[in-house]
Amino acid sequence: MSKVLLEIQGLRKQYGIVEVLKGVDCTMREGEVISIIGSSGSGKTTMLRCINMLEDFQGGHIRLEGEEIGYEHSGSSRRRKSEKEIARQRALTGMAFQQFNLFPHMTAAQNVMLGLVKVKKMSHDEARVLAEKWLDRVGLSARADTYPGQLSGGQQQRVAIARAIAMAPRLMLFDEVTSALDPELVGEVLQVIKALAADGMSMLLVTHEMRFAYEVSSRVIFMNQGVICEEGDPKEMFAKPRTERLAEFLKTSSFN
Amino acid sequence: MMDLSAFLDQIWIARLAILKGLGITISISALSIIVGSLLGVLVGLSLVYGNRALRFVVRVYTDFIRGTPVLVLVLASYYVLSTIGIDLGPFQAGVFALAVFCSSHVGEIVRGGLQAIPKGQTEAAKAIGLTFNQTFAYVLWPQALRQILPAWVNTAAEMVKASTLLSVIGVAELLLRTQEIISRNFMSLQFYFLAGFLYFVINYGIEQFGKYVERKTAVPS
Repeated sequence: MSKVLLEIQGLRKQYGIVEVLKGVDCTMREGEVISIIGSSGSGKTTMLRCINMLEDFQGGHIRLEGEEIGYEHSGSSRRRKSEKEIARQRALTGMAFQQFNLFPHMTAAQNVMLGLVKVKKMSHDEARVLAEKWLDRVGLSARADTYPGQLSGGQQQRVAIARAIAMAPRLMLFDEVTSALDPELVGEVLQVIKALAADGMSMLLVTHEMRFAYEVSSRVIFMNQGVICEEGDPKEMFAKPRTERLAEFLKTSSFN
Repeated sequence: MMDLSAFLDQIWIARLAILKGLGITISISALSIIVGSLLGVLVGLSLVYGNRALRFVVRVYTDFIRGTPVLVLVLASYYVLSTIGIDLGPFQAGVFALAVFCSSHVGEIVRGGLQAIPKGQTEAAKAIGLTFNQTFAYVLWPQALRQILPAWVNTAAEMVKASTLLSVIGVAELLLRTQEIISRNFMSLQFYFLAGFLYFVINYGIEQFGKYVERKTAVPS
């Protein structure tokens, strides 16, 4: 078995008095592709966002390759790490968002290059070569000098994925990356993710595409009301859900 | 026909006064726009990124200034500041008042420009490991600037118009010069029209420049 990449222990997160994550435990190994499913409000997106500290969390541990993410622990007290340190840790993971969030004032290539030049301190030329390589990988080499506003949703999302992947993250996080897309554009984005999975990229995907989760995931996590309710091999889980909640969820979701 | 040649005659006689007035008007406007915009950017940044106390103080400042007529600000900085030991000449006092006025407006424009940027932009920047300063410099500010530009051009034109108020405290800018000329030759209609035309030319220039920059920096879509 490959070595442990991500370890989440007793992760708790609350907004005011509302508890969104009530102690999530999860271990992920290198090269695994895990889909997180569950109804909205179950905490799956929040969990993803805690991993790269887009959300603060109040309890528990997240470790990436053994490195404590976000907080310094000493005894029973904890302190948020410095912004600089958190920025460094964020670069260890890549993230693709539901709304793409490309920088609209930069071309596709410039979007990919920004992190390479400013975070990885590459020269402009090195970054350009790498950007072109990754844009080619997502099938957009001809669009390198196009602005996001001139691209379709599916193309924008592919650029956004290239932007994240080019940073050579240890782990890719996908947050409902196809939810904002027209149905006919979903396929091209899923194709890109499939190719990454085939390359052995470690990926954590929050998704509503049950068919896709079924096909690409090595494991599926079903979240419900802030905890992991059930997890396992997608084929077993979808065929024979062990919990009532998952059975119900699968019945109401588009998978059948 | 007589009238026109008499008018042109008078313009020739008053040419130096008009040019001097125009020069003063342009320097007042340029100085107050530059100083006011620099201050305004600080005001805007404080409103968006400042801590509670700073935000509160700056908010009171902008609301107070924006709620006060510019003429009152001009009179106050000339007559009131001297009573507390800050003795400014009419030109400095006037520019000070206009710059303060400009800063509150630019501050609001900058705040609006920054806050109009979707949250996802900051998140995407963070996600690739940019620090806050980098995020601001490469992602937020360039987008905010494009948003800010049209309203800023508008404010700049307002400042040119507001510069006429300095005539009240005896700054010999274009309007006061014009009034002086009229008091000599009584051609009020013609010379007020001339002054109006010159203000229009300045503001038209500013507006065209703004449109040019807007075109140059537009993001293709």
